[in-house]
Parts: sequence; structure tokens; C-alpha cells
Amino acid sequence: MIKTFIVGIILGAFGAGALAWYVPAVDLHRERSLISVKPNGGNIEEFRIDLPRDRIMVGLPNSNAGIPAMLHWPGEDLLGDMQAEIFKIRDRNNTVIGVGSRLASAAEASGAFIEWSLHFPARGTMYVEMEVTPSADGYRNGILVSGTRDFSTLTGSVREQFISDVGGDADIQGRIQLEAALVGPLGAEQ
Amino acid sequence: MKYAIPLTLGFMCGAMLLALGLYYNPFVGQPTITPLAMSDDRIIQLTFSAVPSDAILYTDQGETIITPHPDRVAELWEPAIADTRVLVTMLQNSTGNTAGLGIKMLSESEATDVIRGEAIANSIWHIYLPGLGTMLVDQSENYWSYIRDVVIPAHWNSADNWRGTFHHITTNGPGSLGTARVTGGSGLLAGMTSESVEALTAIGYSAVSGPVSMDGSLTIAIPEESTAQQ
Repeated sequence: MIKTFIVGIILGAFGAGALAWYVPAVDLHRERSLISVKPNGGNIEEFRIDLPRDRIMVGLPNSNAGIPAMLHWPGEDLLGDMQAEIFKIRDRNNTVIGVGSRLASAAEASGAFIEWSLHFPARGTMYVEMEVTPSADGYRNGILVSGTRDFSTLTGSVREQFISDVGGDADIQGRIQLEAALVGPLGAEQ
Repeated sequence: MKYAIPLTLGFMCGAMLLALGLYYNPFVGQPTITPLAMSDDRIIQLTFSAVPSDAILYTDQGETIITPHPDRVAELWEPAIADTRVLVTMLQNSTGNTAGLGIKMLSESEATDVIRGEAIANSIWHIYLPGLGTMLVDQSENYWSYIRDVVIPAHWNSADNWRGTFHHITTNGPGSLGTARVTGGSGLLAGMTSESVEALTAIGYSAVSGPVSMDGSLTIAIPEESTAQQ
């Protein structure tokens, strides 16, 4: 009887250990990455933010128009004219795959800026610095300053565009489209 | 049948012994002293309240014990972001004055390994410091010490809370010394690369509503040339 009990202890310890070793404690949901290959190297991935449904937060200086409505945004004396927004990020199929923050300031003493951090839980994060002045055709271009995990070895650019006319869905009043053109260390972006 | 009962009891005892061994394993856990203490660079210490209701905004999937804040903030219920939390908070400097704004996005990591005492999360801080510029801090964090020393004792407590003193570094990578990677974005910090560590100091935790009294701190090494123009 005692021997059986001891055998049970050993089996229990090894069984629980094997369970803890082989069964993942965290199993993240993954969506298939919708990437197009660019001619002559690199790849393109499109991200979308549908407005207003993907807005999590809008913090505006000296404004009561923040989102959500009960948001207590610090005054202009603390953060100047800095505007902070947080969104859910969708892929080309309109499936939410991450969250992103956009910070912008035109009057910051150390220099105006517009930048994104795009966080995809199963893939990594992109940190993108945009040009303050948009191009004549309505785009704003930026560069990937830094990436983590899947994006850590990539370089490239990101193009931001606001689309006001999104047909097909009455709930969507506008869309921010981000097009990332990225290339790995062995190639060269064209 | 004669052997079934002792075998089952033994099996349960074995599993319990392993669980206790993992829980009380003295060889795992996070350090309490920052590896940046010996850095020659200028050190910026940024502190914040880690109590979600003190933040400007906190949101998650909406089914945790922590209530998203403020009311009617969008919840992160979609499958791909259901293990992600977003915290927006003011950051104070070492003198207690407002230093800037920080946005933290934290996701549970598949690198979590119970056997090794690693409850890993991947997180980033998107930070704006007026007069200095912007930066991104990316790190992996190990919350095992926090779960073992604060969260589980709070659930065991008959009053569903924990009170005590807890202080640990949570950052454990990707830097070789267990530091986070800092990338400057704009202003005086543009082009900067540096290191950082985040620490958590807890005094009170409720198993019903989450952190009650808890502060976080970010220690960031800023190379002198980045702020020389200031």
C-alpha cells in the first residue's frame, strides 16, 4: 500500500511537471498576416482604423471633446498642445489585430512631431515617426524608427492617409489607412 | 481497486508537492536593484500610480477583476487583443512634478513558463516628455514575483486582500542585463538608443478589485549628448 502511494507521488509530480512543461500557459490568438510582396524586394502590409468605432481614446488640449466622454485630460499647462489618440488596429480584412497610439504636437519646444506606436500582441511593435507636413497628394510619409520581435530586423516606411469616403458601411464615417512597406536585412527597399 | 485509492492519493500529493515546489522555489524571481544604478549616463526616474482608477485611462478585455476606466471606455474584447491592457497615465519626475505622459500597452507572452517561474508579458511605453521629446520603451516583463508575493496571498487571505511591502524590478529583457530597450523618436531624444528598467512597488492589493496601493517607476538612462542642447 505504501509503495503504491509513493509510486503515485512520483507519477503525480512527473505528470504535473509534464503538463506544466508541454501545455502553454498563454496561447495568443493569431490572425494570418495579409502581406503583399513588393516588386524588387520587401513587402507591403495595410492597416486600417475605422472611425469612430476603433477609437479608444482621444485626448485634446483645452477641449471637452475628448473620448471617452468622461476622460479627464490634463490641461494645456502640463502637456502643451500635444494630442494623444489610441485606436484598435485592423488588417486588410477588417479584423482587429492590435492597438496603436498616435501622438502629435505642432508647438512642442523641442520640435513638432507626429508618431505612431503600433502594438500587435502576437507579432511585436512598430515605432513610426511621421513627417509633420503631409505631401501634396494627401499622404503623410514616415519611417520605421524601431521595431520589436517580428519587426526588430525590418526597416522601411509607413504611409498614412485619411479617407473620408468609405463606401458600404454607414457606421464608418472615415478611415485612417496605414501602409507599411518593410524590408528585411538582406534586401533593399525600392 | 485495492491500489486505486493509494495511487490516486499519491498522484494528488505528488502534483501538490510539485506545485508547492514551484511556488516556494527560492531560485526564481526578479531583482530588486536596477542594473542601471552603475550607469554613467544621466538617469531619469519617472514614477506613476499603478492603480488603474488613478490613471487617465485603463482598459482591457472587460472580464478581469479590474474595472476599465473611465466609464464607457472601449474594451479590448476582440480575440487578437483580448490578452492586452492599455494604461494611459501622467508621469512624475523624482521631485514629484509632472514630467510627461506615458501610454503603456501590455500583452501576455507565450514565453510564459511556470516551471522556470516566468510569467512573461511584452510591453511598450510610448512616452512624451515636454521639452525633451518622445521615446518608445520596449521590454519583456516577468510578473512571477508579483503574482507569487502579492496576487496569490491576496486570494488566500480570508478578507480577500493583501497588505505588505513589495518591491521588484519587472523588466527582464530584451537587454542582456535584463534591461528594456529605449528608442528616441523626436525632439532632443531623436536618434537616441538607451536602456531602461521598470519596477513595481505595492502596499495593498484586493483579490476583488485589483491593485489598491501600488506605484510603478521607470528608470531611463539618457546619454548626455541627447540632452546637451537643453
